[in-house]
Amino acid sequence: MTDKSKGFTRRQILVSSAASLAVGAAASAKAATVAGTPGWIPFDHNGPMHYDTPGWQFFTAEEAREVEAIVERLIPADDLSVSGKDAGCAVFIDRQLAGEYGTFARLYREGPFTPGTPAQADQSPLVPQERYRIGLAALGKYCQAQFQKPFSGLEGEQRDKVLTDLEKGAITLEGIDAQFFFQQVLGNTMEGFFADPIYGGNRDMVSWKMIGFPGARYDYRDYIALHNQKLDLVPLSIIGSSAWNKKG
Amino acid sequence: MATPKKLPATDVVVVGLGWAGSIIAKELADEGLNVMGFERGPWRDTAVDFNLASATDELRYNRRQELMLRTKQNTCTMRNTPAETALPMRDWGSFHPGNGTGGAGNHWAGITFRFQPTEFRLASYLQERYGKEVPAELTLQDWGTTWEEMEPHYDAFERLAGVSGKAGNLNGTVVEGGNPFEGARSREYPNPPTAQTYAPTLFAEAARNLGYKPFPVPSALASQAYTNQYGVTMGPCTFCGFCTNYGCANYSKASAIVNVLPALIRKPNFTAKTNAEVLKVTLDSTGKKATGIIYVDANGDQFEQPAEIVVVAAFIFENVRLMLLSGVGQPYDPVTNTGTTGRNYAYQTANSVRMFFDDKNFNPFIGGGAIGMGIDEFNNDNFDHAGLGFVGGGSTRVTPIGAAPIDSRPVPPGTPAWGSQWKKATVENYASSMSIGCEASSYSKRTNYLSLDPNYTDPHGRPLLRITFDFPENDLRMAEYCTNKVAEIAKSMNPRAFFPSPRKGPWANTSYQSSHIVGGFIMGADPKNSSVNKHLQVWGVPNLFVVGSSAFPQNPGYNPTGTVGALAFKAADAIRRLYLKRPGEMISV
Repeated sequence: MTDKSKGFTRRQILVSSAASLAVGAAASAKAATVAGTPGWIPFDHNGPMHYDTPGWQFFTAEEAREVEAIVERLIPADDLSVSGKDAGCAVFIDRQLAGEYGTFARLYREGPFTPGTPAQADQSPLVPQERYRIGLAALGKYCQAQFQKPFSGLEGEQRDKVLTDLEKGAITLEGIDAQFFFQQVLGNTMEGFFADPIYGGNRDMVSWKMIGFPGARYDYRDYIALHNQKLDLVPLSIIGSSAWNKKG
Repeated sequence: MATPKKLPATDVVVVGLGWAGSIIAKELADEGLNVMGFERGPWRDTAVDFNLASATDELRYNRRQELMLRTKQNTCTMRNTPAETALPMRDWGSFHPGNGTGGAGNHWAGITFRFQPTEFRLASYLQERYGKEVPAELTLQDWGTTWEEMEPHYDAFERLAGVSGKAGNLNGTVVEGGNPFEGARSREYPNPPTAQTYAPTLFAEAARNLGYKPFPVPSALASQAYTNQYGVTMGPCTFCGFCTNYGCANYSKASAIVNVLPALIRKPNFTAKTNAEVLKVTLDSTGKKATGIIYVDANGDQFEQPAEIVVVAAFIFENVRLMLLSGVGQPYDPVTNTGTTGRNYAYQTANSVRMFFDDKNFNPFIGGGAIGMGIDEFNNDNFDHAGLGFVGGGSTRVTPIGAAPIDSRPVPPGTPAWGSQWKKATVENYASSMSIGCEASSYSKRTNYLSLDPNYTDPHGRPLLRITFDFPENDLRMAEYCTNKVAEIAKSMNPRAFFPSPRKGPWANTSYQSSHIVGGFIMGADPKNSSVNKHLQVWGVPNLFVVGSSAFPQNPGYNPTGTVGALAFKAADAIRRLYLKRPGEMISV
């Protein structure tokens, strides 16, 4: 992990908040912009920090390119929405991996690790950071051997074929189970596409607009009795709305 | 390890400040006793922790489980049979234990049923009605108490939590619009039912057309502003759809932090110690008297807190583990069928039928954990089981909890999990799908039990609790039967397609089922096969009370929290009214 992703102190947050407030009037509404690990402070009342820090925090440039090539096919651009890549899913995954989720910091990680029965669920000794690092390298190796190209160098349909084979377990990856790796990436991609945009994915609330989910609203008392009616509510994010910004 | 520093004695120590512990602490503080409450997690407060501006965060609360106990701090190991090696639940899947004041009662759904009168003598009742037809694999037991003894305490909990509902049986008279299968209640619910969304309304209409009697699911989500007996006020539910697995920012979902602790913490004779994990209950040399507890604070320093009365009221798993770690009761052995600590562990058998429509818009994002309509015709013994080959049943209902879309985007089975077809199906079905749930009974059997794990330990080096559980054949047959009945209702609603999902074995930690976990330190009339008497007083250790769903000998087809709350009031009442008159003795009335 790089130095910049080590996390933040309360002091840093205060400083950053003040800085973003100073520019806040001119910019569109954004919560505090903080360099470092994305997330919230456990047991703190504040919402999560909003990260629009440019660059990658966990992925190398090469890994990021491959992840973007994957999420672009898992959620393809069509007349319903932009692609997973353009929705920010790779950014979301990068920020998640750089934070406490990336090391399963809250989870029980004592050994011995043994595979167990399917009912005993995930017993992998690998944490998400390792799952991506190993899985992406292995996928690259596989694609080089098969196609003499990285995954991102493949045509769309070829990429879909590789992803389908991963999903079915028809491919063997070095160091990680192919299906396990696929499900990890698919799960995080869907999180990124549907989570609040504050985490870097679901840009412009694209998925919420697509399905009609109004987002971070908190009061439907005026709507509960409107049965079987399309409500067309404009979605809201925790970030807030530029419409709330005081102009001028 | 250094000897724990001994602190000045207090009257009462309460372990756990969720629903049960907070209620008992309040009742005993009201009695004038000096009470100290211990909570392994942080102090939580609505205004600070569940801020309106940040509470609506599915990633944080639903996916990353912000309010749940971190498995790093404490988890369980699990296996399906005694022949397997248990492995740790590294991430919560099947259920969601809580953390901090309020406990799992912060992120619960709010469904607040009472159990039925026959439940408290279930083994005797089923034997009388079906004799040898009751499957031999089951180890059902009576609770050692009665409906008449429970009713005032259910009433107290409903007043406390401001439950919104409609009586179905007022003092023996069946009331139209309520649940006709409920036990006779002494009063109407404290609040009227909440408004309903479209899906429950449609379900209720279909159920009525088939001759069933739908009723509003009793809900601890307040339908209007309400002030309880402790003087604490709730606000009306706004149906925000961030409810189950979330804290409530509106003071609408009842919890210990909304309904009890604001009154309790103001009392000078009550102290809460948070981020303080209780390691064991200490006993004197005779083993017949609890002398207090040992706890470890956030710095890792250990303390001994002596007390005259010890009440253990943590989540079921920690109740049972603390008893095993403290050497209270003989550990249960499934081979010899002896011992009591850990026996009769049971769960909930969760079934559902998912429906897809072409012409409906359910606005599924509007809702709450306990906003819905239900029927009870297929629950427990509300139907004749003669010749069916099983006993038990489930509460059938439609309670759309909200539809934040990381987890809630139903598509028909067989739909691809990604790509354009996936996306198309997701958009088509998001607003036009609904589900009927059937939250069904879980009956105990000999090889389902709790014990200390021989291989895995917590950060303090203590063994994790080991769960050995799989669904009894009886419950799987029940699940099949009841889900088929629910599917008949679904079919009558003319969906484009519907998919019944009866619970199948084996029990797995791979997907969420229910946090309704019971047993392991059960109530009863006989110390040979139970751990606590009907006052939740530990057999043989009169000044130790263990309260919670750990006391249920089995689980009926209802959510357990109403009964946990009632048992807390029952134990508190027994201590106030009976124990304090003859301290140090088993209560014999």
